[in-house]
Amino acid sequence: MVERLDTMYQRLLSRKILVAVIIVVLAVAAPHIANTYTISLLIEVLIFSIFAMSLNLLVGYTGLPSFGHAAFFGLGAYIIAYISGVNDLTLSFTNNILLTLPIVIIGTGIIALIVGSLALRTDGIYFLMITLAFAQMLFSVAMRWSAVTGGSDGLIGIPRPEIDLGVWKYSFESRTAFYYFVVTTFVAIYFGLHNIIHSPFGLALKGIKSNQMRMQALGYKTLHYKIGVFVLAGVIAGIAGMLLAQFYWHASPENLYWTMSGQALIMVILGGVGTLIGPVIGATLMRLLPNITSTYTNNWQSYMGIMLIVFVLCAPNGIMGILLKKLKNNQ
Amino acid sequence: MMLVVEDIDTYYGKSHVLQGVSLKVMESEIVALLGRNGAGKSTLVKSIIGRQPASIGDIYFCGNNITNLASHRIARLGIGALNQGRSIFPTLTTLENIMIGYKNRHNQQWDLDNILGIFPALAGRLNHLGWQLSGGEQQMVAIARALMTNPKMLVLDEPSEGLAPLILNEIGKTISLMCQLGISVMLVEQNVPFALQLVDRVYVMNKGRISFDGHTNMLKENTALLHRYLGI
Repeated sequence: MVERLDTMYQRLLSRKILVAVIIVVLAVAAPHIANTYTISLLIEVLIFSIFAMSLNLLVGYTGLPSFGHAAFFGLGAYIIAYISGVNDLTLSFTNNILLTLPIVIIGTGIIALIVGSLALRTDGIYFLMITLAFAQMLFSVAMRWSAVTGGSDGLIGIPRPEIDLGVWKYSFESRTAFYYFVVTTFVAIYFGLHNIIHSPFGLALKGIKSNQMRMQALGYKTLHYKIGVFVLAGVIAGIAGMLLAQFYWHASPENLYWTMSGQALIMVILGGVGTLIGPVIGATLMRLLPNITSTYTNNWQSYMGIMLIVFVLCAPNGIMGILLKKLKNNQ
Repeated sequence: MMLVVEDIDTYYGKSHVLQGVSLKVMESEIVALLGRNGAGKSTLVKSIIGRQPASIGDIYFCGNNITNLASHRIARLGIGALNQGRSIFPTLTTLENIMIGYKNRHNQQWDLDNILGIFPALAGRLNHLGWQLSGGEQQMVAIARALMTNPKMLVLDEPSEGLAPLILNEIGKTISLMCQLGISVMLVEQNVPFALQLVDRVYVMNKGRISFDGHTNMLKENTALLHRYLGI
């Protein structure tokens, strides 16, 4: 009986299309069947999944241990705050996603290009320290330069985005509309990353992770590839930060703090480095667990810590590593 | 002339490793670089491929001065180098290992089909990960990947290391084939008998200098030299 169930389960798994259809139906139907609390949680999970996937490009695929990825997450939040936020400190000139998204992309991209060009000349622990230092520097600017950044309060009054084509206008103001907006962004980024990872560029990244010198001996200028992926990861983190700011109507210096970088790293490690879906699983766990366990305990972070230690020691490839191994054994 | 190394000195910090080394490799020629452990063979290779540039002297490849060029530029000019040990990517599949050498260059001479023509054994292993391959297969994958970069010359650092005699024979045939295809080969070896059956010309290194340079037969007859520098 168990065996028969097992083979049935296998067949189901092999029918990727069926799984995809179920996910799509659930994702589309969610706002109509779930309560607002669940939808908010889903939005958060999706946003942090995007953030974790972007970090995984560096940590998982290229072997670059960034400990300052929150810098770009926070930058995305502050940039959208300046261009669309409605308060005394911001410009608030447009909330049209067709304008704001390119500005966020270009803004985070340029900063990532500058930081990456400097930081990527180092390796390993030095790279980690430089990225951490950069993020902490941005954090202290956000905290201290209150006249511009709003200090510890951050910037408030960021509206949810709208699409404005002149003749036609649509606002994602409602929770449900914004949920669909986030889902669409997530899907676009997920499949975009899928294509990138399976392109020659993605293969080069894996090669760099495995052996950088060997890649140079094959004629690859590895620094350019690393800068390229650093900019890509920075931009995607920026988009995630933008979404979070729009969701909470608020850009907070917390988004730039090193604990945010740490959280993203934990999501990646817990879910599984170097797999596309791993960080999504990690982000889901990291956002859901505190919500579930806080009913029973106030020390969920201690349990999280224990869990992380167990994972690093027993399952270094994370939850995805365990799942993939199981799948392989069953075949 | 394919490769000309002209009187180079290479240092590791203050340690003076290569002292006035000169060497030439012609078109479609297999040249062996022999010598005991620590003779400076690997340092010479590193100087040629840009890992440890020479401080004095010049290295020319197809007329270009490559002495101080970055590794990837030297590779793009047409030197394919295989490091000592298994130079594959263990976490990539065989197919990925081979295709990572392919970079959409102009005049691409090699594609997967003619690579598999040379290494038919790899055809059934394309989806295996690098670390799952046998030593001989790994060596073939490494050569296949180097071919994908359209090399004019291959530098092979101890391809015989750790291989069974039968497999070694296969690798030897492949090296001869390279030369028939117009690719020069610089074969760096500790396995003297293996090298001597493949090459026409030999360089012997000792303590950072070239101590013999001449035809294979000259070396074979010179038992005193064989004994002194190569321990045979």
